[in-house]
Amino acid sequence: MTQDLVTYSLFAVYSAMAVYALAFIAFTFDLARRAAPAPAAVNGVVVGQATARGGRATALLERLSTDAPVDLDKPGRSTSRPLRVAMALTVIAWVLHVSADVTRGVAAGRVPWANMFEFSMTATAIIVGVFLVIQFWQDVRYLGAYITGFCLILLGLATVNFYVDVVPLAVPLQSAWLVIHVFVASLGTAFFAIGAGLSIAQLLQSRRETRGAGFRFLETLPTAEKLENLAYRVILIGFVFWTFTLIAGAIWAERAWGRYWGWDTKEVWTFIIWTIFAGYIHARATRGWRGSRSAILAIVGFSAVLFNFTIVNLFFKGLHSYSGL
Amino acid sequence: MSSSRPSDHYDSVAPDRSIQQPKLGFTGYVRFFWRQLTSMKTALLLLLLLAFAAIPGSLVPQRTSDPNGVVLYERENPTLFPILDTLQVFNTYSSVWFSAIYLLLFVSLVGCVLPRAKHHWIALRARPPRTPARLDRLAGFRAVEGRADAASALDSAQRMLKRLGYRVERFPSVAGQAGSISAERGYMRETGNLVFHMALVGILIAVGIGGNLGFTGQRVVVEGQKFVNTLADYDSINPGRFVNTDNLEPYRIALDSFDAEYETENPSAIGQPLDYTANVTATVADGTQSAEEIKVNSPLSIGGTQVYLLGNGYAPVITVKNPAGDVIWSDEVPFLPQDNMLTSSGVIKIPDGLSEQLGMIGFFYPTVTTLASGALASKYPDLDDPLMTLRVYTGDLGLDDGEPKSVYSLNTDDLTAIAGGSADIDALELGVGDVVDLPNGLGTIEMSAVKRFASLDVHSDPSQVWVLLFAVLVLAGLLTGLFIPRRRVWVKVVESGDGGVRIEYAGLARGEDPGLDSAVADIATKHSQQLGLKVEP
Repeated sequence: MTQDLVTYSLFAVYSAMAVYALAFIAFTFDLARRAAPAPAAVNGVVVGQATARGGRATALLERLSTDAPVDLDKPGRSTSRPLRVAMALTVIAWVLHVSADVTRGVAAGRVPWANMFEFSMTATAIIVGVFLVIQFWQDVRYLGAYITGFCLILLGLATVNFYVDVVPLAVPLQSAWLVIHVFVASLGTAFFAIGAGLSIAQLLQSRRETRGAGFRFLETLPTAEKLENLAYRVILIGFVFWTFTLIAGAIWAERAWGRYWGWDTKEVWTFIIWTIFAGYIHARATRGWRGSRSAILAIVGFSAVLFNFTIVNLFFKGLHSYSGL
Repeated sequence: MSSSRPSDHYDSVAPDRSIQQPKLGFTGYVRFFWRQLTSMKTALLLLLLLAFAAIPGSLVPQRTSDPNGVVLYERENPTLFPILDTLQVFNTYSSVWFSAIYLLLFVSLVGCVLPRAKHHWIALRARPPRTPARLDRLAGFRAVEGRADAASALDSAQRMLKRLGYRVERFPSVAGQAGSISAERGYMRETGNLVFHMALVGILIAVGIGGNLGFTGQRVVVEGQKFVNTLADYDSINPGRFVNTDNLEPYRIALDSFDAEYETENPSAIGQPLDYTANVTATVADGTQSAEEIKVNSPLSIGGTQVYLLGNGYAPVITVKNPAGDVIWSDEVPFLPQDNMLTSSGVIKIPDGLSEQLGMIGFFYPTVTTLASGALASKYPDLDDPLMTLRVYTGDLGLDDGEPKSVYSLNTDDLTAIAGGSADIDALELGVGDVVDLPNGLGTIEMSAVKRFASLDVHSDPSQVWVLLFAVLVLAGLLTGLFIPRRRVWVKVVESGDGGVRIEYAGLARGEDPGLDSAVADIATKHSQQLGLKVEP
């Protein structure tokens, strides 16, 4: 029975990867299509740029003149076919992905995040989940290629390099904190991932805005300033989750290891990440650090998250040695 | 707000750099450096520096968390070690440079937060400011025209804003206008911000003081033994500066039994531990006894301390007799686990009672198996087929010169092997209940039983609850400081000559406030609907 579920889970995750790959291709097609000048897209640009240059007065005129203001956060609502296909594929892949994750958890009789393989699978599912849910609030579908590509690579690493059979939970992990601490850490990671994607887009966009050079598809994206504001709001949420992760981790460490903080390698890196993003939030409030500099901090911060997850887990000696490898 | 924030805060007015600065005196320089230290840029730089400075501590083992790793590192990198050691890299988090960074950061933080707290204290009692003359330059500006009574329009706006949590001030008419409402909300944003930063200082202080008030001690307890919380009964203890170790709360913990469960079915995890339970009888100072369990993730709270189960292993019961058959030595010897299958090693020292001093290095295999190489190993951590092997040495054990020696190690440099190792006789092998002759007719040795031991860590940290309290405040401050918008909203009513009114709405963000526009729009729509007016298309 357990073995059947494990097999099904693997089958589902491989299927999810195949569909993610298709979604990635479709997202890339969409970006390519955005690069080609289409009438609808060009109109969107004109409105966006006029607003950006004209400043407040123009925006106000616009507000006064229309009851339903043009929402610049949602460019190109009349979306291209590749984008609709890509989103549909992403949803299908995500459903497969989640079912793989859930069956793995059922097979193991516990939450599916007790080793590197399971953790990679769950974290990527959460990242894509947040990406999908966030669309109801802001249209960030232009990040689709980034998100699906990123998750595809991680899932590839997970299934090929990190795979381990279902084993019982290590004694120190037998705690309710495993459910809370790791889940919230993954949520934080998801928001940081999307924030980093927006910051990358922001950097590209501001380069295009100042030098007029860069990918054509950027013309259909929001302005660098809008991207920055959006990245900031997303990362704030990630930061709150990360702070919670840190505190919850300390409480658990006190129960399991007899001290709440001991500068274990994983604790050190969680602290480093927290400090970088604290720096990011301060950078937003510091003259001369808004814009590209704070975007770089956001990307450095997310790189540290990835480093913490891969290199620190696999190669650093410490108490968090639960990779199962 | 501008005056309370560092001059390089995004919301502050940019300084005019064209002004020629006069020469600074001593106080001028002090003031200058203080302003530099408390500026946003410095705080940001120190934050990033702190993140960077924390990295080395994750690359090399730390004395506090991994002392054996440090010893190993020294052995493997003999040239690099002294350099890194001089740089205090093995104590990164208490090093001079790391401390300097975080102390400067906290000084900068306090220097920034205190003036802001004072300013906020005043702002909390202030009334909303006078309505600006021209609202049409402000965020979310909207205007409605129609027939309505000016006074009741102002009344309903006042009521509505109050209900929405705004602090409201009504300003009477000035030339041409019937009056206006000035409203402000979100004071909790700055409160949360200040609480967040002060709670961080609180954590630092609690940790700093707490380190001196508590202690950590270790003790290995074999089944059937008991441990009393007194200085002499610890294997090792690390007391804080202000702890009087002669006055520890005298409780007693007896280890009645130790249960370990291992996986037996899952082929990928045979022998993996599933559960450890130390069944103990705890006796507190007034004599009250209770049966308790100590588990990983479930420490025992007793006498103001926490007792953690951090390790376990086997302790063979060993008896040595002289050739005449008299027991000259008998003890339960904890063997330290070496691998997941609990291959364990231990040392037996017998300084008296035999014709020579005897030292033995033992290996214990709970379920013994012979590898292809002929070496012994353990294939399962439970006691299915236990075997102990002993290498036996004679010579001066060095116990008489008064220097403390570890009970877990034996220096064999000056000793002569008489069994195992370089000796002609093979290492001794004992199963449970076996009695084996010692070489050279020295006597006999017996392993009569094998018990379990639990390695207990006792911690006392009175500052811990404070750290938790401040940590919760950090989180609460973060949530309110980041997500509650601080904003001002104005509603102005202007009477037009023909009995109609023109109502204007506008807002002002104070700090990050992406929702301001829609908030003003909401207020405008609801308010004009109440009056039966329609917002102009």
